Amino acid sequence: MTEIFGGYLPMILKGMVLTIEVALLSLALSLFLGMLAASARLYGGPIARSIAGIYTTVIRGIPDLVLMMLIFFGGQVVVNKIGDKFGWGYIDIDPFVAGVITIGFIFGAYMGETFRGAIMAVSKGEIEAGHAYGMTNWQVFLHITFPSMVRHALPGFMNNWLVLVKTTALVSVIGLEDMVYSAKVAGDSLRQPFTFYVLVGTLFLLITAVSDLAMRWLERRYSIGESR
Amino acid sequence: MDFSIIIDNLPLLFKGLFLTLQLLLISLAIGFVMAIPLSIMAASKNPWLRLPVKAYIYVFRGTPLLIQVFIIYYGLSQFEWLRDSPLWNIFKSAYWCAVIAFALNTAAYTAEIFRGAILQTPKGELEAAEACGMSRWDQYLHIILPSALRRSIPMYGNEVIFMLHATVLAGVITLVDLFGAAKIINSRYYAPFESFISAGLFYLAITFTIVFIFKLAERHFLKHLKR
Repeated sequence: MTEIFGGYLPMILKGMVLTIEVALLSLALSLFLGMLAASARLYGGPIARSIAGIYTTVIRGIPDLVLMMLIFFGGQVVVNKIGDKFGWGYIDIDPFVAGVITIGFIFGAYMGETFRGAIMAVSKGEIEAGHAYGMTNWQVFLHITFPSMVRHALPGFMNNWLVLVKTTALVSVIGLEDMVYSAKVAGDSLRQPFTFYVLVGTLFLLITAVSDLAMRWLERRYSIGESR
Repeated sequence: MDFSIIIDNLPLLFKGLFLTLQLLLISLAIGFVMAIPLSIMAASKNPWLRLPVKAYIYVFRGTPLLIQVFIIYYGLSQFEWLRDSPLWNIFKSAYWCAVIAFALNTAAYTAEIFRGAILQTPKGELEAAEACGMSRWDQYLHIILPSALRRSIPMYGNEVIFMLHATVLAGVITLVDLFGAAKIINSRYYAPFESFISAGLFYLAITFTIVFIFKLAERHFLKHLKR
């Protein structure tokens, strides 16, 4: 195998690990921001509600790469200004951190909309029944709202995840040595750009296919109570 | 922040805006025309028609558009026979490579949207068409496609916005679209906030315009579905 790709396969696979790391970390951030945005829009006061509304609308209206550049280059300017004041000298913004923050920030907006829809779809009667049985608010959330919300949110969540994985390819543009970046280096040095980009495309398909399997399992797990 | 840089560079930004809209409209038009036969094939019961199209849709929806752009723009130069052929005049141009990648990509997404809408056609309508003695061709032309395309409008609106955002990849392969213009301004003046916020506002304005147009289209074409 290694001879086929001119000894560059380990480098590509290392890039793939980085791609998956970026994807999972930004997923975690996006879930947190999404929950925050959804709760703000559903239960927050007027200020929290409008901030969350602006966040979800504006982020979804601007291309991801523009936001990434803004956070990467803009963050650099801000860090340098702060650094100057405290005499820290020059600090480089890590493209890994910038990538994770941007992607997490963008998909937080999409997750927020998914969660909002899912929470609104939880039946009121079930929540009232929980309270009638003397459950505390926390018990109602844990045993009724949450499992039912997960069921409603799963298709949207999965869709967001698949788009997120593909978006991680953009971190190569700000210089992170992910799968796409490794393919460029390998392809350029062997003069086989086609081979390596197709290889990386195939690896992305592999991630998608594995995600699909995981999704089927989750769907089965969370639709146990669903009558069909 | 000094937004006078942006005012001085408005002509550059507007030139970028023009290229962005041009790329968007051309690739959407090609993608739309491709998507109609593709969606009919993907909805077909014949596996010889269905499976190749399904594979095409799966590959183009399952890989990042950035990779597709790179394969076409950088990747194809690997083949000497292509470099020696007259086709190379197209594939050496970043503009046409972007258009080809965007069109193939949006064709896959759009075909999937239309396929879903075609499969939703009420059985009764098909039976009625059959009973009237309509040919398969007439059924598609007069019954299935008109209502499937109408049902697709909301989803297609999302696809158009997705494509608008995807056109930034043209700026990655050296073209000066709206994003490319912002990149130039940023590197010339080291002004990331001014350049990318302005570009972001332009994109936001186009996004809202597209949303508005599709709202109008929905109101017009989906009147009969209003509840």
